[in-house]
Amino acid sequence: MTLDGFEHDKAARIVAVDWAMLAGDEGKRLKALGVDEGTEVAVVHRGIFGTRDPLAVRIGRMTIALRRSHALAIEVEPA
Amino acid sequence: MSRHDPVKTRTAALVGNPNAGKSALFNALTGARQKIANYPGVTVERKAGRLTLPSGDSVELIDLPGSYSFDAASPDEEVTRKVVHGEFAGESIPDVIVLVVDAANLEQHLVFAQEVLELGRPTVIALNMIDLAERDGLTLDPAALSEALGVPVVPTVAVRRRGLAELAEAIADAEAHADEDAHKRWHITLPERRLAAKHIARAAILSKSARHTVENGIDRVLLNPWVGPVILFGLLFVIFQAVFAWATPFADALEDGVGAISGVVSASLPSGFVHDFLVEGVLAGVGSVVVFLPQIVILFFFILLMEASGYMARAAFLMDRLMAGVGLSGKSFIPLLSSFACAIPGIMATRSIPDPKDRLTTILVAPLMTCSARLPVYAVIIAAVIPQTTIGPGVGLQGLVLFALYIAGIVGAMVVALVLRHTVTSGAASGFIMEMPRYQLPRLKDLAIGLWQRAWVFLRRAGTIIFVVTIALWLMLSFPKAEPGESQMDASVAGMIADGLHPVLEPIGFNREMSLALVPAMAAREVAVSALATTYAVDAEDEDLAAEGVTDRIAELWSLPTALAFLAWFVFAPQCISTIAVARRETNGWKWPAFMVAYLFALAYVFAGLTFWIATALGL
Repeated sequence: MTLDGFEHDKAARIVAVDWAMLAGDEGKRLKALGVDEGTEVAVVHRGIFGTRDPLAVRIGRMTIALRRSHALAIEVEPA
Repeated sequence: MSRHDPVKTRTAALVGNPNAGKSALFNALTGARQKIANYPGVTVERKAGRLTLPSGDSVELIDLPGSYSFDAASPDEEVTRKVVHGEFAGESIPDVIVLVVDAANLEQHLVFAQEVLELGRPTVIALNMIDLAERDGLTLDPAALSEALGVPVVPTVAVRRRGLAELAEAIADAEAHADEDAHKRWHITLPERRLAAKHIARAAILSKSARHTVENGIDRVLLNPWVGPVILFGLLFVIFQAVFAWATPFADALEDGVGAISGVVSASLPSGFVHDFLVEGVLAGVGSVVVFLPQIVILFFFILLMEASGYMARAAFLMDRLMAGVGLSGKSFIPLLSSFACAIPGIMATRSIPDPKDRLTTILVAPLMTCSARLPVYAVIIAAVIPQTTIGPGVGLQGLVLFALYIAGIVGAMVVALVLRHTVTSGAASGFIMEMPRYQLPRLKDLAIGLWQRAWVFLRRAGTIIFVVTIALWLMLSFPKAEPGESQMDASVAGMIADGLHPVLEPIGFNREMSLALVPAMAAREVAVSALATTYAVDAEDEDLAAEGVTDRIAELWSLPTALAFLAWFVFAPQCISTIAVARRETNGWKWPAFMVAYLFALAYVFAGLTFWIATALGL
């Protein structure tokens, strides 16, 4: 299951990231923010009705914003 | 080797993740006396100040751009990496590194912290915002952290000045050993660092209550898909009201002040070249720009407030979807919002956009946002030709036209962005990745310092670029001198340029006075108003006519289609030398500013023409 489809407010563990799906420096920037295999995350907010884009994701005590296109590249399992 | 080598100033550098509270700590340590410049060759701000050590000596403290890693992803991060590695030409390697970490976010911030510590430079850690960590239910052990990392750790709360003396003392201690050979540590990989960060953070946390963070609660409201946008637009409405309502008395006072100075100069100087130069050239020109200072200060007050409180990142989050529709991201929202005050700070704010294509597109459309310099033009023309009727409860026709002009600018910017993203700035869909900082009560002193810096940049510009351009235009308007019976405008170089321009502008409904006004308005849009005023005053046949205001003369002499065409022209026309200059600096060349000027003039011409022809056809 990808992070995009994962339940709200539930802890998830990243099992794999498809870095090839991310353009340019995006992979580098996500990695710098702590998005990587093994990290525990939770989707805490989603954007405007309809598209539900972007996502606010909690990593540890930090919240980051990313787009659905990024969340689709992040494979997760329940933590 | 003498430690107190008088030639070389000792330097300390603040390094840390973005949102670690670095700038607040920098302000608290150095006070308001800061030097702001650009690093040579890059458009990254270099902030430096003086920190007095307990011994009475002082060091230069530099605030380096926030970084997540030395594997730089943005020009800002690249500067930080080069400076701390001693690879930045003209910048000496800092003698002491002050590593700022967010106490409530240790696990994340310790990842980059380890990378910095691997350099083996004399380092002191400021365990910052320890009060927010306590608010979140964390109790920390600085001694354990210091033990694990092998460097001094000082708990600080920059905004309450807690721990500052201790930090200065630790910096002085580290500085005393700055000449010892650096002992580099083993480099470890990112996953290893992450694991180590986790262990060190856990060991430093004494207790942790399960209390919910304040953030989540506030975000549930402010990021709610339905309520969030309503709150954001409500806030924007309040900001625009404030910019126009609150600024008026201050702008009037400034205008009166400039008028008073003009009066004094007029009275004390004999008429002649020097008199005209000072009154008509310098005071009228620079004065007409300085009156926008209140609006710019008020808008920046709100922007700084949104930034310091952490709300700006939420605004970007809410706007991202909308911006994605035209190929931009939420990060472009902040520069475009600033552009409503003035495109110059707006274009400078694009530095926070990491994607180069995104950034370029934002720079190219920023001049379409209705800046405060257009307001005098709009106000005068609307007052002259639009009747003061109401077309609904509380809705006046004049206000509606003004609103429509703002909307025209926004819609224009969106359409242009969409077109550019599919043509000249096409590339991979830009992403939106950003940290959402924790909410914080902004401190008045930090806001005041930020506002002062913005105001100073604006005034310095008025005193340099605008000053020079104004003088050049005044000379063009004043020479050669008119023969008796001939108007000065007709005889001048500017008048000749206007004559050359008029055949081009006639088809879109512009009369000769308008063509003339556009020449000096190249310096700044609002100059168009004073240029029209001068023309009509000079050309007036008798005293009564000369005493009439420019608004009355326009109402008499311009047809409605002509006036509307003039308004449409100013929605698009890039008539601001300073904007073009700043676009050149930010894009490192003339190519993009040239493109910007060309496409904006083309749009201005086409839309002014369409407005004129349609209005004429409708019989207005």
